[in-house]
Amino acid sequence: MSVRHALLALLSEGPKYGLRLREEFEQRTGEVWPLNVGQVYTTLQRLERDGLVESQGDDEAGPQKSYRITGTGAGELRDWLRTPPDLRSPPRDELVIKVLVAVRVPGVDVHEVIQTHRRHLVELMQEWTRIKRVTGPEDLSLPLVVDAELFRLDSVIRWLDAAEGRLRRSAIDATAPDRVAQHGGGTHAGTPEPTRQEQVRR
Amino acid sequence: MSALELSRVSKVYGSGASEVQALRGVDLSVEPGELVAVMGPSGSGKSTMLTIAGSLEEPTSGEVSVGGVVLSRLSRSEQAALRRRAIGYVFQDFNLLAGLTAAENVCLPLELDGRSARSARAAGLAALGRLGLAERADRFPDELSGGERQRVAIARAVVGERHLLLADEPSGALDSVNSEGVMRLIRASCQGGVAGVVVTHDAQLASWADRVVFLRDGLIVDQTARPDGPESLLEADPAR
Repeated sequence: MSVRHALLALLSEGPKYGLRLREEFEQRTGEVWPLNVGQVYTTLQRLERDGLVESQGDDEAGPQKSYRITGTGAGELRDWLRTPPDLRSPPRDELVIKVLVAVRVPGVDVHEVIQTHRRHLVELMQEWTRIKRVTGPEDLSLPLVVDAELFRLDSVIRWLDAAEGRLRRSAIDATAPDRVAQHGGGTHAGTPEPTRQEQVRR
Repeated sequence: MSALELSRVSKVYGSGASEVQALRGVDLSVEPGELVAVMGPSGSGKSTMLTIAGSLEEPTSGEVSVGGVVLSRLSRSEQAALRRRAIGYVFQDFNLLAGLTAAENVCLPLELDGRSARSARAAGLAALGRLGLAERADRFPDELSGGERQRVAIARAVVGERHLLLADEPSGALDSVNSEGVMRLIRASCQGGVAGVVVTHDAQLASWADRVVFLRDGLIVDQTARPDGPESLLEADPAR
């Protein structure tokens, strides 16, 4: 989250004092990203140094000082809104690494590991959805922020589902030749094999 | 008393080499006012579990009780009456009758149950009104949007004195805003005391439930913990 650009966005509506900027930042982000007052003033000082905002009043950065956005600041804000975040290089995802490791470690059931993470993610999603549930229709920021979190967590669960499907498929493929040999030799399979579940009627 | 109780429920399809065990001893109880989601991949047995819970299919072994009534002790006609009066169903493809208006679709279960046409229509219109569809009551399904059709299906499921609502992928192919609307309506029914079971593979839908149970290969393998208050996330990490 770029505090710098969020402050520029708030100042694009008109001049504001530091304390008000902090309050509005928290309101607009659905109070999901708390911001301390020191962060606000440090960021404002840097924005002023870079010529993106101007202050009115002689004091040090503080509650009595008002800020307004400059032409350069407005240009920077417009550019930032349209600049894609860096999604090209895959993040070093801890969960992906854990699943990759779980496949290799002897005595570890990778499906159990996957389910542990799936449950945890669903519990997190339940918490976010509860927040959305109690939000009144007049509040737009909070549902937008909550949706972003829900879609992000949902994509992780989908990856876990896909990973589990792939692991099962690979286990079936690995045992397939044995099954053929078994049936070919006339051996009766006394217990239903786990792969039978693939055919379970919905 | 639980609104729904499944006890050691198993279901086997076919026999011999083609035998498939869809459910393997499932235990689940749902309290009045509780919304439970059942998550699992295709073939995990979740739809079978729902049809057995709704008395649309019989288990091979085990017992199902709805509102304390053991289904296996009822005659077929008593089971049919229980389905009409106590259980509402919402299906993925809505299952509305094309030749009936929205209001006629909604009051059909009541009329089949012997309510007078007038009293059934009044109850049907009230249910449609609660779902914001009063104006659309006399439209036919093909004159309604996907979201409206699903709301009609929910109205039909909750009309009268139902105390169990069973939904199989209830948001069908609806977009995320309409899906959220469907879950809000189902939750609202539960707040009124109805017990709900929603079967889905979609975590976003499931996250509306009080409790999520995970089904794999016909077994409940896991479930979510009881929730904390809604504040916990916002207080969790000041650095966020």
